[in-house]
Amino acid sequence: MFEILANSGASLGERFRGLVNWLCAPEKFVSLATVGFILALVAYRKWTKPKVILTVTILFSIFYFGSMTDHNFFKIITKPDNVPITMLIFFTGFVTWLAFRQAAINDERTERGEPLLEAGSDDKVLVWPDLVYTELICLVLCTVFLIVWAIILKAPLEPPANPSVIPNPSKAPWYFLGLQELLVYFDPWIAGVLLPGLIIFGLVALPFIDKNPRGNGYYTLKERPFVISVYMFGWVIMWIVLIIVGTFLRGPNWNFFGPYEYWDSHRPVALLNINVSDVFWIVMPSKWNLPWKPGLPNQAALGGLVPAYIIREAPGLVLLGFYFFVMPVLLAKTAFKKIFSQLGMIRYVVFWILMSWMLLVPIKMVLRWLFNLKYFLAITEWFFNV
Amino acid sequence: MSVIGRVGDYFRNSQVWGSVFRHGVPRDRRTRAMAVLSNVFLHLHPVAVRKSGIRLSFTWCMGGLTFFLFLAETVTGVLLMFYYRPTVEYAYVDIQGLRAHVTLGLLREIHRWGAHAMVIAIWLHMLRVFLTGSYKPPREFNWGVGVILLVLTLLLSFTGYLLPWDQLAIWAITVGSNMARATPFLGHEGPGASLLQVAGVPLVTAGSDARFGLLAGTFVGPNALLRFYVLHCVFIPVVVTVLIAVHFWRIRKDGGISGPL
Repeated sequence: MFEILANSGASLGERFRGLVNWLCAPEKFVSLATVGFILALVAYRKWTKPKVILTVTILFSIFYFGSMTDHNFFKIITKPDNVPITMLIFFTGFVTWLAFRQAAINDERTERGEPLLEAGSDDKVLVWPDLVYTELICLVLCTVFLIVWAIILKAPLEPPANPSVIPNPSKAPWYFLGLQELLVYFDPWIAGVLLPGLIIFGLVALPFIDKNPRGNGYYTLKERPFVISVYMFGWVIMWIVLIIVGTFLRGPNWNFFGPYEYWDSHRPVALLNINVSDVFWIVMPSKWNLPWKPGLPNQAALGGLVPAYIIREAPGLVLLGFYFFVMPVLLAKTAFKKIFSQLGMIRYVVFWILMSWMLLVPIKMVLRWLFNLKYFLAITEWFFNV
Repeated sequence: MSVIGRVGDYFRNSQVWGSVFRHGVPRDRRTRAMAVLSNVFLHLHPVAVRKSGIRLSFTWCMGGLTFFLFLAETVTGVLLMFYYRPTVEYAYVDIQGLRAHVTLGLLREIHRWGAHAMVIAIWLHMLRVFLTGSYKPPREFNWGVGVILLVLTLLLSFTGYLLPWDQLAIWAITVGSNMARATPFLGHEGPGASLLQVAGVPLVTAGSDARFGLLAGTFVGPNALLRFYVLHCVFIPVVVTVLIAVHFWRIRKDGGISGPL
């Protein structure tokens, strides 16, 4: 980092761009986003103050729209189908602020024993005119917004479909970019089928797993910190941030590029991914003096009863077995003791299935970025890789 | 009384007006209640609602906007169907023709940007419902219906993405639908698919798996275009309409806009 900033040959703008590109390497970008996310949850009463958030918004807008002076950033952001992403960033930011601002006010009021913002359930107003006019105004504003957008920006139409010309990069529609990003770390049956299925199932199951009766019908964080933290982690980091990564940082050959970097499709990238089995059977014995010789086992054991791939993948099986089956038991006796007693056995099992898969995503991403780890479990014979 | 007021009263007292609106001008409590009760569209609402429930900072109006965008998509979509034929020969040139020759050629822009806006609006609606804890009893079931509506909204957008039949379309759909061939047991490259065989003949092949069912072929070709067109214009919108009815009905039955118990 300091070399980039201290590079005396470069102009100030070049140094700034270098710094941002450096910070946008995936492991730093997602880590920074996560740290920011945790700070935001902890200090939600501080940053939601109108003055603080206004300053942050202005600074971010200067950075975001100022970045348009960079040619490569400009090219990404002005692609017609990427315009919704700019809107998504600002709208999501705004409503998240609105929600946490009200949560902060409500939590302070509850502490002082005052009524909630939403109090007064007997205070009724007639739908005509109070509600129908609000709806009418929203509808008119939305129509105007849509028509202005349609006048300013033409819908994209690229050259006609041609199965023999593959664009590089080939990107899914922007709302699926988070899922496409998962394809890098998981096989398609997990990234494209299992994880989306679990997201849908988990959302539907949410009201039956969250047994906390408080916080029903008003904004609060203090009364349901765990559920909100988990949900917001999934929504902000695992969904929005991955869409942003897929839009701004993924270039040709699905390689990582800084937001101000030229998308060079000929940039060579070393592909040296290794599996847990490689680490256990090859890397470890060649580094340390271990009782087995470097090399993947390829002989079945016990007269063919245990196939070779089971022995080869034994380290991964043990790791995943511990993660999926032993961890929940240990957690139920320690950190999740209260949750376990609240949920009971069946709900806790469902909770752990959802939780474990959700956490496996960032775990695998970080291990890939830092150690080039590909699979915990690589039974390629059966298309069964985790 | 001014002239305009008198002309207005003349119309409002006429037999024609009275046959359409079966209540007086909504100026007092009774007629305002009647205005909502006796109108098939407005009676989705209750007569009275909690004051704090309809604050814009509480609801963000995102659910309503999602519904409005769905209606806008339906209207523009039906109009677009006049100009579009879902075949490989015509799809692309029809879009070009639409751009060049059709008066009010904004239709396609409104339809496309409205679709993007609908995806954002439904996400934010869900965020609001989550952060106010409005999925908690007695609204668990309606939250589930909402999740299905969210998935269908994404599928609507996804199926529509293919229809212009340009490079953007087929490659985005190719990337997206490639996942289906890795479905466990049902995709020919998915785990477990090799177990499904009868007398050594595999049941799940490139010509019979989940992806084949989605695309009606092994690649994004003419059959896929027709299939996505029908899904986009008929099947998914009909299912969505039914589920929206259930969703709205259950809002009322579960106690209206949520609030502190």
